[in-house]
Amino acid sequence: MNAIRIIPRLDIKGPNLVKGIHLEGLRVLGKPEEFAKHYYEQGADELMYMDVVASLYGRNSLFDIISRTAKELFIPLTVGGGLRTIDDIKNVLRAGADKVSLNTAAIKDPQIIRQASLKFGCSTIVVAIEVIRQGDGRYFAFTDNGREDTGIEAISWARQAEELGAGEIVLTSVDREGTGTGFDIELIKKITEAVSVPVIAHGGAGNPAHIAAAIREGGASAVAVASTLHYGYAATATARDQTEGNTEFLKSGRTFSKIEPHSIREIKEYLANNSIDTRITDHTF
Amino acid sequence: MQELKIVILDYGLGNLFSVQHVCRHLGYDTLVSHDRKDLLNADAVILPGVGAFRDAVDSMHGRGLVAPLKDFISSGKPFMGVCLGMQLLFSESEEFGSSEGLNILEGSIKKFPSADDAGNKIRVPQIGWNRINETAEGPKWKDSPLHSIREGSYMYFVHSYYAKPANESCILSVTEYEGLNYCSSVKQDNVFATQFHPEKSAGHGIEIYRNWLEGIRITD
Repeated sequence: MNAIRIIPRLDIKGPNLVKGIHLEGLRVLGKPEEFAKHYYEQGADELMYMDVVASLYGRNSLFDIISRTAKELFIPLTVGGGLRTIDDIKNVLRAGADKVSLNTAAIKDPQIIRQASLKFGCSTIVVAIEVIRQGDGRYFAFTDNGREDTGIEAISWARQAEELGAGEIVLTSVDREGTGTGFDIELIKKITEAVSVPVIAHGGAGNPAHIAAAIREGGASAVAVASTLHYGYAATATARDQTEGNTEFLKSGRTFSKIEPHSIREIKEYLANNSIDTRITDHTF
Repeated sequence: MQELKIVILDYGLGNLFSVQHVCRHLGYDTLVSHDRKDLLNADAVILPGVGAFRDAVDSMHGRGLVAPLKDFISSGKPFMGVCLGMQLLFSESEEFGSSEGLNILEGSIKKFPSADDAGNKIRVPQIGWNRINETAEGPKWKDSPLHSIREGSYMYFVHSYYAKPANESCILSVTEYEGLNYCSSVKQDNVFATQFHPEKSAGHGIEIYRNWLEGIRITD
């Protein structure tokens, strides 16, 4: 077994780090680079940048953020959001990303997974599956931040993505995303049993026990965490001084009741105390 | 320092810039090149790589880089391979049938099995942080770019294939993945190569680059 990865996920809109609930209702939290650097120093295992409004805005600020990150932070960076073509993928990799994540483009034309994994190596291609649980208990894949129902059943889609050459799957429960009510363990379990590639669980982390459950009960190889980490860091003095934007709700000390702010180190110490292999770095930067 | 000629060999595959970034971070300029002349004039060469073994070998042959790279390595000057750049040093790979490698080290490249002996699923590719450990038979870390690295340190891995050297004396470190102990770095004379990505392994990985770069000398 290798160590369970804790991956801060930074949703990016223009030059800002934002966070919503169910992938919507975005609030500005600050500068993504500042948060990323802090997480790197705290022992983040990878970073994930999602351009949440890629189809609506120009991408220059995203490329700047990727390139600055790649020059300063020496851990893997996955970038996703609005990548449509092989050229889009190439440009993001050239800017400094190590992996890309594909959702809408892969649903529209699954062959892009095969083309991209042959061209850039399968470990470079992550397929993002955003899932909403239906009334009858089935799980369907959605695109456009959970707005568009594709009519595609999530478990068979995960299998197909793997067959086409996806090196990893990042699995979002849109129902749980931003709520802090815990992961959809049943969903994670179904997907990890269906595929042999690593699965990154995302959506619902409110405290370290939720993360331990996604790993132990769900079988996830990694966990993407946003609110829990962002609210923890945004509440510190350093972050507040450097933050621009609509952060009144942070300054007021109010967060979402179900989300306990935690640092990466606190999460990892909790996992280690619960006999889950995790990398706690002793390196000073 | 500025006169050192460190070449990152570009054969059309993989993220060369992350290797360049870490060297720059440490104050070393590098040249990303696929020109044979640069290879022959280099004081040190880094061979990175992500992707498929056969594509890489084909691409190196297509660019006429195999013979000059072998010449460079036999010159005794520092050489570092990373990930696929380590696998390419071996004689052959079982990826997509059988392909021949550079044959600098004797041994073969094998795929991780899909399940362990007890039938438990093994997730492939291995993606993530895993520990590296010294071996009794192999070279000692104190005489290598791992000299400042503590036994059991975590490094970042991404791979579906692993190297099985014929001769254990080149195995600098081993790593355990799902019950399989495999070779995670090699050292033989001037050749140093890692299966993991030191340029993606945060502080300890940067240290490995620093140690390796500090061993480079200007040559005529």
